[in-house]
This record gives sequence, structure tokens and C-alpha cells, in this order.
Amino acid sequence: MRYIRPLSIEDAVGQLAGSAGPAAILAGGSDLLVRMKGGFVEPELIIDIKGITGLSEIRATADGFSIGAAVPCAVLGENAALKKAWPGVVEAAKLIGSKQVQGRCTIVGNLCNASPAADSVPALVAAGARAVVVGPSGKRTIAVETVPTAPGRTSLAKGEIIEAILLGSQAPRSADAYLRFIPRTEMDIAVVSAGVNLTLDEAGVVTAARVAIGAAAPTVLLVEEAAEALIGRKLDEAALERLAKICSGACRPIDDKRGTIEFRRKVAGVLARRAAQTAYARAGGK
Amino acid sequence: MNFDPRFSGRKFASVGTRPIRPDGVDKVTGRARYGADFNMAGQLVGRVLRSPHAHAIIRKIDTSKAEALSGVKAVITAADLPDLTDGDAAMYDILDNCMARTKALYDGHAVAAVAAIDARTARQALKLIEVDYEVLPHVTDVDEAMAHHAPLINDTIFTEGLEQKPAKASNVTKRSQFGHGDVHQGFGAADFIVERSFKTEQTHQGYIEPHACVANVSTDGTADLWVCTQGHFVYRQHCAQLLGMEASKLRVTSSEIGGGFGGKTHVWAEPVALALSRKAGRPVKLVMTRDEVFRASGPTSATSIDVKIGARKDGTITAAEATLRYSAGPYAGSWAEIGAMTAFACYKLDNVKTVGYEVLVNRPKTAAYRAPSAPMAAFAVESAVDELAKEIGIDPVEFRIRNAAQEGTRSSYGPVYGPIGIGPTLEAVKNHAHMKAPLKANQGRGMACGFWFNFGGQTCVDLNIGMDGSVSLAVGTVDVGGSRASLSLVAAEELGIDYTQLKAVVADTSSLGYNDMTDGSRGTFSSSMATISAARNAIKILRERAAQMWDISVDDVVWEQGHAVAKGEKHGNLGKLSLKEIAAKSGTTGGPIAGHSELVADGAGVSFATHICDVEVDPETGSTRVIRYTVVQDAGKAVHPTYVEGQYQGGAAQGIGWALNEEYIYGKDGRLQNAGFLDYRIPVCSDLPMIDTQILEIPNPNHPYGVRGVGETSIVPPLAAIANAVSNAAGVRMTHIPMSPPRILAAIEAEREG
Amino acid sequence: MAGVAVSTTINGDAVEYLCQPDEPLLDVLRDRLGLTGAKEGCGTGDCGACSIILDDRLVCSCLVLGAEAEGRRIETVEGMAHGDRLHPLQQKFLEHAALQCGICTPGFLIAAKDLLAKNPDPTEEEIRFGLAGNLCRCTGYDKIVRAVQDAAIVMKGA
Repeated sequence: MRYIRPLSIEDAVGQLAGSAGPAAILAGGSDLLVRMKGGFVEPELIIDIKGITGLSEIRATADGFSIGAAVPCAVLGENAALKKAWPGVVEAAKLIGSKQVQGRCTIVGNLCNASPAADSVPALVAAGARAVVVGPSGKRTIAVETVPTAPGRTSLAKGEIIEAILLGSQAPRSADAYLRFIPRTEMDIAVVSAGVNLTLDEAGVVTAARVAIGAAAPTVLLVEEAAEALIGRKLDEAALERLAKICSGACRPIDDKRGTIEFRRKVAGVLARRAAQTAYARAGGK
Repeated sequence: MNFDPRFSGRKFASVGTRPIRPDGVDKVTGRARYGADFNMAGQLVGRVLRSPHAHAIIRKIDTSKAEALSGVKAVITAADLPDLTDGDAAMYDILDNCMARTKALYDGHAVAAVAAIDARTARQALKLIEVDYEVLPHVTDVDEAMAHHAPLINDTIFTEGLEQKPAKASNVTKRSQFGHGDVHQGFGAADFIVERSFKTEQTHQGYIEPHACVANVSTDGTADLWVCTQGHFVYRQHCAQLLGMEASKLRVTSSEIGGGFGGKTHVWAEPVALALSRKAGRPVKLVMTRDEVFRASGPTSATSIDVKIGARKDGTITAAEATLRYSAGPYAGSWAEIGAMTAFACYKLDNVKTVGYEVLVNRPKTAAYRAPSAPMAAFAVESAVDELAKEIGIDPVEFRIRNAAQEGTRSSYGPVYGPIGIGPTLEAVKNHAHMKAPLKANQGRGMACGFWFNFGGQTCVDLNIGMDGSVSLAVGTVDVGGSRASLSLVAAEELGIDYTQLKAVVADTSSLGYNDMTDGSRGTFSSSMATISAARNAIKILRERAAQMWDISVDDVVWEQGHAVAKGEKHGNLGKLSLKEIAAKSGTTGGPIAGHSELVADGAGVSFATHICDVEVDPETGSTRVIRYTVVQDAGKAVHPTYVEGQYQGGAAQGIGWALNEEYIYGKDGRLQNAGFLDYRIPVCSDLPMIDTQILEIPNPNHPYGVRGVGETSIVPPLAAIANAVSNAAGVRMTHIPMSPPRILAAIEAEREG
Repeated sequence: MAGVAVSTTINGDAVEYLCQPDEPLLDVLRDRLGLTGAKEGCGTGDCGACSIILDDRLVCSCLVLGAEAEGRRIETVEGMAHGDRLHPLQQKFLEHAALQCGICTPGFLIAAKDLLAKNPDPTEEEIRFGLAGNLCRCTGYDKIVRAVQDAAIVMKGA
């Protein structure tokens, strides 16, 4: 087993692609070290990407933000511009684990761990976030929702690393929100969750919407029908009821140690409705 | 030795104050040494191989590949721990639980162990051990285990306590019954009867420190064991017996203990570590992982309880009956029996009957958890009591006051009570501001009572006075939450000296006589009694020495406020002699001054508490938040009130976790699904409000200072208090603990749909 | 397996050690450096007993590799007191009896130190959420929260 700390993304990709045995990317380590401890993974090569220039930065870009793969979630919450533009994404990132975990964990790690219950992922999907993938054959940019393909599985090819997450700049009168259900107040994995991003016109009518549900199917659900139920309307009770119903109906949950099928279905609708109300209010809707 | 343990009603100088604990600075600076903080030169790392099956015959274990791995120094199986229990069934169960002999009986049951030069090698070695299992059908649910078709866990078990020995083996190891009067007749006299069934899931003590020990067996047959335990003398007995050693050859030192709550009262890893060390000829350190703690230490019982209570219109209970089924893990226990004893202990009843069934399941061996078995029985009974009050149309506190046991009441489990605190705690609750505070929408209030016996038992204390007049106090009950502070206060009180003049330590098993373990809320009760006795014995010597220094009769010397004082007119010109002055001369007046005490602390006063709880339930998600909580409990006498409050608060917090979220979740495969803190969900800081406490002091007549145990009773009422609060908030009776959000939401939906 | 040589700073002192590539920093602190103040309650970041401050960031040392500490700055409970003068948090934990068994105490002290460094005047709710990554099974948190509140007052006055 080896631990390396490459200084360039090209070197990291080369090492990852060239590794004969199993290799693991280390950013925050809050998933990797737990999996190593449990004996679920035994990498022969650990590639620490925190030494790579730029990967630990949040950059303002021409059309929004680029969040480096090694940026801890706690740092997202300390970036005033990001917090103002994407409060839902930031609150989702800041819900992962504890303060201790937030000082280490990253949204890219959260995405690549490919847990159906990942907190930041529904918020990123609702926000229309994109992932910058670097690999042996170059760089590509893909929608975040195309990264996880099944629990614990991603669409990344051998040697590929997600370098950054891109968020657009919010249109005027737009805002996002994220809510999850946990039995405790902290330190839990989402039983079910909802991310909503809304854009309003001057009259408060929804003109664009994205609704994502987490922990309700093998991968995050982008519920287009739910978005359609909101577009062209103010957020009245009927619209909210329809939203909740569609979201509940879209779920394909399982019974497990964290919750039941019935519970997840029902609460997915409740959370979508509440998140929509928060996003609507943040966007200036009344 | 003549020691009068009766309550004397004295005025206190030290007892009842709140000094800083003697072990405090080490604990805030990181210097205190817990189980895993100790190392020995040349020590090996021990690891245990555990069964992945809930129930399986072990056909064969091949350890040859593991033994051949470089760096492996010993591999053991049950063959290395031969049966030396000589017909002692309880010890045999402990042995079998330490290392499965013919069958693996639960997911996590130890089947082999290794000692290697480092953790990595030990882990690799475990993978090289080949175990040939024949998987058997399993059962993990307490009710299913009682069914006729249930897989038999032990075919030599025939239910005890039946009128006739049954013809068929069963998973029910024992039936026990308590009560008096005629319940049939009592129910006949009732105007209202409530009859309900309840379930509680299995929970774990959840101590933050995993089990850890370092064992060093020497080739001369002696051994040392460093271990986190609630009872190092008991560990010594058990380990010595299982390894075929004389007890005096095994010195056990108790480390600082990172929580136990009953869970560190049984040996699991220690005999294994000793056997590994014996075989390897080197010290072995064995530390459980958190996953192992959940899978393979001793959680509490899961239960299924039926309760029936009847009352007249005027609010007098006429009869009470309960059937209680408690899971014991795969070995016999007395958990249902204790539950059946405690169930109705708060009440004055003419007609009462409880029946308990001990049930074997393919889960870890049940261990004590803070007032073991009482919280579940109280949950069922206090829920039914609340419902009955509602049906009669009487205030639940008033209803309980009307039926509360009092001095002279024959308890539901037999003995007649002396002075007790159930009535006073209820009166205090009735008058508490909390009961009158307004509630908002979706909020509900609940209250409930709880009882615990409290234990006494074998206790031994040494009190040594140094030549500089400072005092060392060596006790044998492990300090789980501040008892060195309270015992120092007691010694200071008795000797009449300042608290800072004393230093209390927990002595190892070679330095002090046998002590029962710190369980049953006995630590401060019994060791304070022995400390008082030891101090009085020391005072006797101090008086003798003073008499010698003055050359007068000892009968003329009394002990007052830390000084020898000569009484009588003829001694009018003699000044006082301080403890320090007498100690300084001890070398020439007869040698070291000490007081010893060995006693069986009888008469642990029973303990009662009443709790009040406010919750808010989100009717759309079933999410519950505890928004206010109050504990009222009788302490007899609070020796160090801050640590008494701490016991009240800690028990309430554990009860809140149990009531709302904590549970063992088994898959259909019989494997534990949530063997970690993430998914076991003990309360975090942001889950809880401040926990208010009110200490009542109804002296225990059988202790010189009136002390009762305080550690356990605080976990008895919360399940019921919270269930009553949630039921009031949600408008539907909750009968299944934990009241997790899915259960609450399902109950609300079912109620809505009628 | 090749050992990794690491130079780092612990409680202000330059420290060098050799560790295995997959070895958690917690194991390095406890087993190689004898700093047993940080405790292993779970090894999976769920209890906070191993909390340390790494370059001004509160982390679980069980979720950091020893190899990652190269060139970093580590603070542990052993560095909180100045000589024989306890840190105000340590003093207040003693006075309020904010510990019973004490196994979680080092983690709470470090987490509370980080909390007060970032928010010197926290509300009760901010303290509760700020310390939610640290499990205590003995106290019900009441006395811990009060000790932190009291320490905050003392530290503001200092």
C-alpha cells in the first residue's frame, strides 16, 4: 500500500489510471477511512488530492462558481457570495455529519460515494450543478445527476477524477432550498430529502423549477413532473398539494434500518412542499 | 466489629457540599488512563473472529493457515478455554459466551481469537481462519421465540417455575410470579378496566468507551489484568475460575471507566485476552471495535408486555395484572423476573399479580442496563395508569397520589416498605411550575413514576492516615461518575477534617478485600457505609493514641471536629489534639494509624422518582422533540448534590434516547443492521433541553447519613413519561418503544383513518 | 508496505514520526506518540471523542490519515492547559461537574474551544448544535452546556 500526494491533476489522473491494484482518491476521507476501517475497501494506492493547485478553492467564474473537489463543506458555509447565491446547496453541504466531519468532507466526495442518501446531491441536482471530470482522455463537463448510477456506483471511467463542481449564477428572483428528514437533530443520514430551486417573475409566478428527491430510490430523483406542477403558478395550496403528491408518487423507496417505504413516500411530499415554500420566500415570493 | 448503620440525623459539615472531584484534573487534561490507554512492553494485539450467523453449528475450525502467518503468536478457539466450571451453569454460559463451543448463538458470537505483533497482522490472521458452519434456523423476536414452531436455541432447556416439568424443551427458561390478593375478585369490583399490550425494542447502554483490557500471564502462573470494568473483583473471580487459576494469583486493576451503565459487569474479552497471553507468553491488548461492542457485548432485553388495571369511579385501583416477556439472549437470565417485581412497585394494591417469562433468542447475552428490566415494565404500567385516569376522568397525578404506596404498604413483590419517596415525589410534581406551564399546538405533556430496589452487598474500605496527617482512602467499588468525591466527603465528615486533606483511590484486587461491583446503585451507598465504619475505627485508634499522649484513660477522650478532646474536669488544662498532631507522633505511639472496614451493606433503601416531560410532535412527519424535562427523585441524602443531579440528568437522557430512537434492528438473516453510533442514534446535544432536577431527601433509616442509591431510578420513568406526552400531543396511544418517527406517523395516520 | 515519514507540529512542538500509509492520525497520536487524550469511541467519525484541531479546523482524528499531517498544525487536549494553569473550559468543566466518566471530555473540550474561537458569545442553541458531533452518554449534556456558557463569559472578560 502507498500514500501519494500529487501536485497536479494530470499526475493524479496518471497515477489513478496506471494503478495496477485498487486505488482510492482521498479528499476529506470521511467516507474512505470509514470504509477502510470496516474492511470494505483495501486500496493499494491512496491518492491525496489536497496538494493539487486550485482544488481547495471556491472560484467565482464568469457564469457562477467553481467549487474545487478538495474544498471541505465547512468552507462552503464560510463563503458569503456562494451562501447568498445558493443557500440550499450550502445548507445541504453543512448538514453532512458533524462539525468535525464538515471540516473534512467534500461535496464531490459526497457525490462520488454514490449513496442514495447523500445530502448535498439533491440540492446540487435541483441547482442544476455540473461536474468537471478529468481523465486520461481529457476533460468533460456533465450534469451532476448523471454521476451516481446505483448505490456505490458512478459513471466515472477508470482514471477519471471530478475536479470541481460548477454552479451557475442565480437568475433574478431565484432561490433554492434543501430539507432532509432525520430522527435526531444532527449526526444522521437522511431518511428522505428534497431539494427545490425556483425562479419567479415579478408577479411571483414560478417560471422555472427543479425538484430533486433523495434517499427515495437507488439514485437521486430529478422529478420533472413536480417542477411542471409549479411552473406557471404562484405557490398556492393547490400547487403545493400537487407537488407533494407527485413527489410521493415518484419515490421508489425501500424498507431499511433508517425508515419504511410508507414513511419515505409520505415525508418526501411533506419535505418537497416545505422546501418549495422556503425557496419561494427566499426568491421574494409572497 | 460493632458498627451501627442506623440513621442518626446528624448535622453535616462536608456532606452536601459540592467540591471538585479528586480525579477531575486528570480527566480534563487527557491524563486519566482508561481501558485502551495502557500498554505493556512487548504487548501483542488481540483480535476476535466472530460468527456472521445468528445460529449455526460449528463443525470445524481450521486455524493452521493463521498460525503459519508471520507475526502471529497465538491462535485460540474454545479448545484453549477448557470447561472448568464444574457444573456451575451460569459460569458455563459465560464461558460459552466468551468463546462459542459447539454452536454460534448470535451474530457476533466469538469463535476464535488471535494475538499478533500488530493490528494489521491480526486482521489478516482472522481472514485465514476457516470455520465450517452448519447454519440453523434462528429466531430474534421475543414473541416469535415463544411460539411452538420456533427454532429451539438450547434443547436442554425445560421451562422452570411451572407446576409440572414440561415434556418438551422450550425457549422459555423460566416462569416467575409475584403478587398478593385475588385479582379476579379485584377486577370484579372495578368500574373501569384498561387492558393493553406493549412492546419495547432492545437497546444498548451505549457507553462511549469500548471494552478494553491488557492481559499478562506469566510462566509462573501469576497474571495481571488491566481492564475497564464496573467490578474488578468480580472479573478476577470469573477469569480465575475460567482459566483455572487461584484468584489471589490474578491481580486485576480497574482503569478509569468510560461508562458502563451495567454493560461492564460481565466478562467477554478478558478471559480471551488472558488465554491468548498464556499461549503466546507475552502481554496481549484486546480492544473491541464499536461494531463488536454492539454485536457482542450485552444489550438489554426486548420485551412484550400485557397490562390490565381496574379501578373504581372514586379512583381507587382494585386490581392490577401484568404478563411480561423479556428476551435474555441465548442464555438463561432473570430479566423478566426483575421486571415482574418492579412493575407495580409504586402502588398500594390489594390485588396484584405479575408473571414473567425469560425467553431465549439469537441475540447477544442480555446484560444489565441501569435499573435493568424496570423501564420497560414501567412503560407498560404507567401508560395504562394514564389511560385509566383518563377513562375515569381524574387528573393523572391525583390518580397516582391516591394509589401511591407508602410506609407500611406491602409491595407488589413482597416486602413491606419503610419510609419511601413515591408520595413526596408526586406531591412535588403536582406543585411544580412545570405542570402549570402552558402548551402550544402539537405539544403534549406526560408524567410517570418509577421504582428501583437499590443494592447493597459486600464492601471493603481501607483508610490510612499518613504521618503528615493526610488521609488516603482506598475503596473497591469502581468510580463510574464521581464516587471518589462523595466518599472523600463522607470520610472528611466522619473524621472532621477538610475534604482537601484526603485522597481517594480505587484499589486493585491485590490491595483490598473483595468488593461486589458497582451496580444496583450501590457504589456510594455501600462504600460510604464502609467508609464511615473505617473512619470510626480509625477514630478509635486516634483516641487511644491521644489518651496515650496525654497519659489518661481513652474513655475520657472524645473525637470532635477533627480533634481529640479530653472530657472531664480533671482534664481541664489539656488542649485539643488535632488529627495532624496525633499522626505526627504515631511512630512513637504504636505505629501507623488506619481504619479498616469489611461489611455487607444491608438495607439499601428503595428509590422512587417522578418525571415530567413536554414534547412537540410534527403531525406530518412524526418527528418528536423533547422541549422541557423535569426529574424529581428521592436521594435519601445527596452526598455530593451536583453528581446526584448528574445521575438524574444522565438517566433521563438515556431514557429519552430509548423512548424515541434507540433500537437494535435485525435483518431477516438474523444479523444486526445498525451496529454503530450513526444508525443506533443515541441523543446528541442538540436533541435535548436542559434537564431540571429536584432532589428530595427522605432518609434511608438503614444508613448513618440516610443515603439511598441514586444512579438507576432516573432511567425508569422516561419511557412512560415520554409515551404519555407523545400520546397526548399526537392524540393517539403509543404502545411500541422506540416511538420512532415512522411508528408515530403510522399511528397518527391509522387514527385519522379510524 | 512502505512507511511514510511525517514532520508536523503538535501543540506547538515539532514532531516527526513514521506511520503506515493507511494509519489513522488517531492511532499515530495514541500508539506512536503516547498522546492518549484523544479517545477512540467508534473509529468512524460518529462520536467525536477523538476530536482535534487541524490547522484551525475541528476534525475527528480517526478520519484523518497520519500521513496527511505533513506540514500541518495539530492541537490536542494535552495542549490546552498552559503549564499548571488550566484553560477556562477545563476549569469550568470541573466546577460544573460537566463530566461523569470523562471519556468524552477531551473531545468536548477541543470542540468547545473551537466553537468559542469562532463564536465567542454563542446562544444555548448554538452551543448545542456546535457540540452535536460529540456524544456524551453520562450527563445528558446539561452541565456541559452550562460549563461552556460559563467559560464563554470568563473568556470574554479575559
